[in-house]
Amino acid sequence: MEKANNNRTWYIKGIKDGIPIALGYFAVSFALGITAREAGITPLQAGCMSAVMLASAGQFAAINVIAAADTLIQMAVTTLVINLRYILMSSSMSQKLDKKMPFIHRLLLPCFVTDEIFGIASNVEGRLNPFYNYGAATVAVPGWTLGTILGAAVGAILPERIETALSVALYGMFLAIIIPGARKNKVLAVLVSVSMLLSFLFSELPVLSAISSGTRIILLTVVIAAAAAFLRPIEEETEEEAVHGD
Amino acid sequence: MEINFYVYLLVAASTLYIIRMLPLTLIRRDIKNKYIRSFLYYVPFVTLAVMTFPAMLYATGSIVSGLAGFVIGVALAFFDGNLFRVALGSCLAVFITELIVK
Repeated sequence: MEKANNNRTWYIKGIKDGIPIALGYFAVSFALGITAREAGITPLQAGCMSAVMLASAGQFAAINVIAAADTLIQMAVTTLVINLRYILMSSSMSQKLDKKMPFIHRLLLPCFVTDEIFGIASNVEGRLNPFYNYGAATVAVPGWTLGTILGAAVGAILPERIETALSVALYGMFLAIIIPGARKNKVLAVLVSVSMLLSFLFSELPVLSAISSGTRIILLTVVIAAAAAFLRPIEEETEEEAVHGD
Repeated sequence: MEINFYVYLLVAASTLYIIRMLPLTLIRRDIKNKYIRSFLYYVPFVTLAVMTFPAMLYATGSIVSGLAGFVIGVALAFFDGNLFRVALGSCLAVFITELIVK
């Protein structure tokens, strides 16, 4: 009984934290819908794509493959390359799960591993209850899907100023996830600053800026997180503190 | 031969699912090695920081309003940390800056 209540609490908490995600998704997926429309994809098709993929850059790339009438192998390779960062995210998430958690969650959770849901999930203290992710997905997936369908169906309807303002919503949320940690912990503060600085250099400097943003994210994540792990490994208790129940 | 949209989608979605699913199903125990654990613990901070900056500056089409959104977002996150309020604050900062600048 207590367990069921716990799941419910986490589910509701997930819905609450999923609302800003849905808001931000709406703006981004709207643009995605417009791109799909230009590629000759119907609103229904675009909606299906959003509901099953939940991947912004990945979907833009997939639309390009379709528009170019490339092969299925190209589709698989493109999708793999653009979305490689999810391997890192899922690996990181695996360490927040309870070993005793029913296996089915390990098959359901990956349906909703997006940058944003991963972000809020890694923000959870201690063990992660999968129902938190499901709660977030309950609002975020419709936001993402409906935005795409609308964009594909009608094109630009939102006033430009509103659309522009909404375009930073997801980034604002990312800040809300990483800054509080950086405030409490000096290592994280340095880590976040260095990450932003290097990301800036990689996007601005000649030669380095030729690296695609997808590759840049993976490369910098692996290098910086590895360096931090080597220089400042975490001793047991930091993460181990606990986490009653599941 | 023309490939059906849904066949393309099936390939893309399956590839994506496998990428997301494999680590979660294969890594089922707590990793004991402190370096790997630390690496995985640091991953979200680095990834999200890299994705946010400088992309946020370019998201609005004007660096000034993008920067306003970023600065206000960081400040709000520093003192508050509520996802919704920070996201909304960033959006408002962009909105107001755009009103002033344009």
